Amino acid sequence: MIRKTFENEIQQVKDEVLLLGSMVEHAIIASVEALKKRDIKGAEKIILEDKNVNKKRFAIENQLMILIATQQPMAHDLRFLASTMEIISELERMGDYAKGIANINIRMGEESLLKPLIDIPRMAQIGTSMLHRSLTAFINEDVAAAQAIPIEDDEVDALYNQIYRELMMIIIQDPKSIERANWLLWVAHNLERVADRVTNICERTVFIATGEMNEIKSSDDEFWKGQQH
Amino acid sequence: METNEIPQYSIETKDLSIFYGTFKAVSDVNLLIEKQKITAIIGPSGCGKSTLLRAFNRMNDFVPSSYVTGKVLMGGQNMYGANIDPVEVRRKIGMVFQKPNPFPKSIYENIAWGARINGFKGNMDELVEQSLRGAALWEEVKDVLQKSAYELSGGQQQRLCIARTIAIQPDIILMDEPASALDPISTLRIEELMQELKKNYTIIIVTHNMQQAARVSDYTAMMMLEKDGSRSGTVIEFSETKKIFTNPKDKRTEDYVTGRFG
Repeated sequence: MIRKTFENEIQQVKDEVLLLGSMVEHAIIASVEALKKRDIKGAEKIILEDKNVNKKRFAIENQLMILIATQQPMAHDLRFLASTMEIISELERMGDYAKGIANINIRMGEESLLKPLIDIPRMAQIGTSMLHRSLTAFINEDVAAAQAIPIEDDEVDALYNQIYRELMMIIIQDPKSIERANWLLWVAHNLERVADRVTNICERTVFIATGEMNEIKSSDDEFWKGQQH
Repeated sequence: METNEIPQYSIETKDLSIFYGTFKAVSDVNLLIEKQKITAIIGPSGCGKSTLLRAFNRMNDFVPSSYVTGKVLMGGQNMYGANIDPVEVRRKIGMVFQKPNPFPKSIYENIAWGARINGFKGNMDELVEQSLRGAALWEEVKDVLQKSAYELSGGQQQRLCIARTIAIQPDIILMDEPASALDPISTLRIEELMQELKKNYTIIIVTHNMQQAARVSDYTAMMMLEKDGSRSGTVIEFSETKKIFTNPKDKRTEDYVTGRFG
């Protein structure tokens, strides 16, 4: 095989992306767990660890830049390197959502949760499962999986919708609860965005494998459609 | 489609095959070379790129036993037709070679000579200046026009050869590895010049340098030996350059442009 060195370097990039993905996955689950338990120390730890996520993203970005500059990638190689640049940026932003949830947790201070968390952990669980499988599809360039995963976003959107309505009802009944409801709404919003960004990763995976750049589906539209009824 | 949207082609080949005696060097090429665009021909060594290029101005005529089948249409007329004068074909289709080959004469004469034997009767000083300007060489040589062309650097000599080509006002310029003997700066200068030249001329370039093809050309033809073991070369994919280098359709093109061929 010619270009063995280049192929090894591409493999290394893939390993690093998986590592970044697992850091983000862990941060999302941990942020919701910490919120559920009102664990402020846990939330602070997530905020600190987000710095490592950012560092890892910049390190991979640097690696990609060097490969583009030195290897003159073409065709599939070029699509892979350019798309991976996008994917690591998606992952970093997902890490920011986990950090955002941790920040809400800290800002809530002594306040108790407005309601026990049931749907929010489910959103986190579905979102991280989608994330995990989207990265497996990315590594294997599995087009079928990459096209199927975004459909699960509907479930996340439905949960978000449900949480939204529930919180609105609580606010109407007790306007003093507005701040605490708003915190939870932001948490749910962050998790809803995680699933949206998984869709972006899947779109890139299809592009790497086929050269076709298509939007798989826009879940934002689904959500806003839901709001009209 | 609107009539004004139909692209204009400088050259159109129809089932063009090129033979040396019984050996079929290039087989069944069907290409549409768009006017005032740069078309690159790429592919591994020995796949017939230069042979195909030379068929476009009947240079292969100089090789005994060589002949073609199929057609090469220029302005709708087959340049291999019975009543066609190959000299007239070559006047319309200039060629720049791998190694700069100026005449052992002054810079001025390098341009004037070809024009003169082609019957140019106008203002020769003007033609020389215009051609040198067209080849982005005028500023460097305007004060030394009587110097021997051999005193110029390799890159300058190549631009002089381009000036000499455009002095006879061809429609098409063929370039066979025009920068492969030049340093990187001279190479980039030639590439920049090509972008200027395509405003007036159609350019077809053969290059081993894929990055060069990617940088300069609008269309790329990928050549490869036929799979049947006949040692004949053919065009396996012809498309817009941006497609060839981002999403080629043929696996062999993909392997070649990503450096995995062989």
